Amino acid sequence: MSALEQRAELALYDYNPYENRPKIEWPNGARLAFWVAPNIEFYELNPPDNPFRKPWPHPYPAVPGYSIRDYGNRVGHQRQMAVLDKYGVRGSISLSAALCEHHPEIIALCAERDWEFFSHGIYNTRYTYGLTEDQEREMIEDAMATIESAVGLRPAGYLAPALSHSDHTIDLFAEAGGLYTCDLFHDDQPTWVKTRSGKPFVSIPYSLELNDTIAYVVQRMEPRRYGEIIRRAFDQLYEEGAESGTVMCIPTHNYQVSCPHRLRAFEEALEYITGHSEVWVTTGREIAEYALTHLKQQIGGDGDAAR
Amino acid sequence: MSDDLLIYPQRRYGMDHERYEWSMLQDREPVAWPDGKPLALWINISVQHFPLSGEKPRVAPPGALTMPYPDLRHYTLRDYGNRVGIYRLLRLMSEFDAQPSLAVSGALAEHYPQLLERLAATPYEWLGHGWNMLCMHAGEVDSDLEATWIQKTRVALERFTDQSLSGWLSPGRIQTANTPELLMSNGFSYHSDWVNDELPYLFNTERGSMNCLPSCLELDDVFVLTQNLHSEDSFAQQVIDAADLLIKEGGEQGGRLLSLNFHPWLVGQPHRIRTVREILEALLVERGEAIWHAPPGHIIRAAKP
Repeated sequence: MSALEQRAELALYDYNPYENRPKIEWPNGARLAFWVAPNIEFYELNPPDNPFRKPWPHPYPAVPGYSIRDYGNRVGHQRQMAVLDKYGVRGSISLSAALCEHHPEIIALCAERDWEFFSHGIYNTRYTYGLTEDQEREMIEDAMATIESAVGLRPAGYLAPALSHSDHTIDLFAEAGGLYTCDLFHDDQPTWVKTRSGKPFVSIPYSLELNDTIAYVVQRMEPRRYGEIIRRAFDQLYEEGAESGTVMCIPTHNYQVSCPHRLRAFEEALEYITGHSEVWVTTGREIAEYALTHLKQQIGGDGDAAR
Repeated sequence: MSDDLLIYPQRRYGMDHERYEWSMLQDREPVAWPDGKPLALWINISVQHFPLSGEKPRVAPPGALTMPYPDLRHYTLRDYGNRVGIYRLLRLMSEFDAQPSLAVSGALAEHYPQLLERLAATPYEWLGHGWNMLCMHAGEVDSDLEATWIQKTRVALERFTDQSLSGWLSPGRIQTANTPELLMSNGFSYHSDWVNDELPYLFNTERGSMNCLPSCLELDDVFVLTQNLHSEDSFAQQVIDAADLLIKEGGEQGGRLLSLNFHPWLVGQPHRIRTVREILEALLVERGEAIWHAPPGHIIRAAKP
C-alpha cells in the first residue's frame, strides 16, 4: 500500500463527546459492567520470520521469552482461575486458537465454568502484518472454526493477535460473524463500529492501561501499585456509572498476574470490586449482546450503520 | 506474501518442541517435602566474572558492561561483588545457617583463586555458571566452542571444590539449541535455565534425560531492582508475598518451590544488604516451620521429577 492510500484518520466510529450522552442503563440497575479478560496464549518456539515484526528479541531458541509464557499455561492458569472462581467472575478468554489443540485441558477447565472464549488469532507469534486480505480472512476463519469446534460456540469477540492489525481486520471479523472488537481503546462505554458490511458491531472497552502486561512489563509497576490503580479506576468508573453506565475490564495474562508475588494484589482488587452491589459482573459477549440489543441509540448505532 | 505465515507445522497436542512433556503443575502427583513442609526454598548466589575487554555477545547478560572500553564504571561495580559483596552475603548466610548454592563463573578460577578457596571452604553446593559473562550460550555460537566453555568451566571449578558439579545455570538463563546436549556430555544432570515451572521436571536431550530446576527470573534481584527499578522494600515484600501464597498452596495442593537468586555486586551493596537480611529473617525465622530450605540437588532428589 502506498502512503497516499493510507487513511489519515480512523473511520470506524463517529466522534462522540463524553458529556451529554444518552444514558446507558445496565441490567438490574448496575452502574458498571465489569469483566475480566484472561489472555490464554500460545507462543511458538520457532515461528516463521515476519518481515514487519520479529516474534522474539532473542535468537532461536528464545528461552527467556518462551519459557515464561509457557509458565503461564503450566503454572499460572489454574492459579488465576481459582481466584476468579472465588469472586464469582467468569473469564472472557482472549484465546490463541491453536491452544485448543496444544492444551485442551485448559479449554476443558474454562468450558466447565461457562467462561467465554473469544478469538485472539492462531498463535501470538503470528501477526496480521504482511498478510493479504484473503490470507487474513483465512486466518480469522481458521481461528473462529477451531474455537467453535473445540467449545461448540462461534466466538463473538476479537482481539487481533499481538494487537497486530490491517485496514481490513475489523471488517473481516464482522463479516466472519463477530459481534465485538477489543482492539479500540478510545472510550469507557461501548461504541457502535461502522464496518463495510453494515452488520451490527460494537467496540467493548478492554483496557491497555489496566492490562497486567502493560503495567508489569511496560510500566514496570510494583505489584501492590497495580492493585491500587485498579481500585482507583474502579472508583472513578463506579461513580460516573451512576449517571450513565460504564464498562471496566481487567485484561490479564497467566504469566504475569498469577506469579506468586503478584496474585495477592489482583485478588484484593477483585475483592474490592465485587464487594460493591451495583456492579454487573459479566463477560465481553454479554456486554456486546446487551449493547447491540438494548442500547443501539445510546452507543451511536442509529446513524449510518456502514462505513 | 509468503504462505509460510499461515503454515503451522507444530500445531498439535502438547508442546511445539520435544524438550519436555506438557503438564500443569496442579494436575501432577503432589510433591512431598521432608517433614511435610509445604514450601521448599532454594537460594542461589551468582558469583560472576565480567571481563573488562572482549567481543560483545549478541545477547547481553544482565549487568553487562555498556560503555566504550575501558568501561571502568561497570567493570569495577561488578568487581565489587567479588571483593566486598560476596563476603557480606557469606556472613549473612552463615549467621542464618542458610544453605545457598553458588553459581560460579569458571574464569574466576584464574582471576581470583583466593575467592574460590574461600567458597570451597563453605558447605554450599556449586553450579557451573558459564566461563564468564561474555560467553553467552545464545544463538549461533559454534557448538565446539560452546562445548569448550562448559568443559573448561567444570575443570576450573573442580580444581577448587571437592564436589562433582551436577548443576548448571547459563548466564542470562538463555541457551543455544545445543546447550542441553553439551551439558549432558559434560556430566551435568540438571540446568536451571528454563523458567517455565515452579518444580523440577524432566528435560529431554538427544543424549538422554536431565532435569530442569527452574530458577525464578521474576524474583531475581537484578530483574526486580535494576530492570523493574522497584525499591528494596518492595523487593522484600514481593518475596514475602510469594512465600505466603506458596506456603498456602503447598499446604492445600502439594509441595511448592520458591527460588531466589542474589548477585553480590547488587545486593552486596551497603544500602541493599539489609534487604537480604529481612528476607532471610522473614523466610528462615518467621516462616521456618513451613519452609524446607535445602540445596538444589537435594530439592531435585526430593521432588523425584
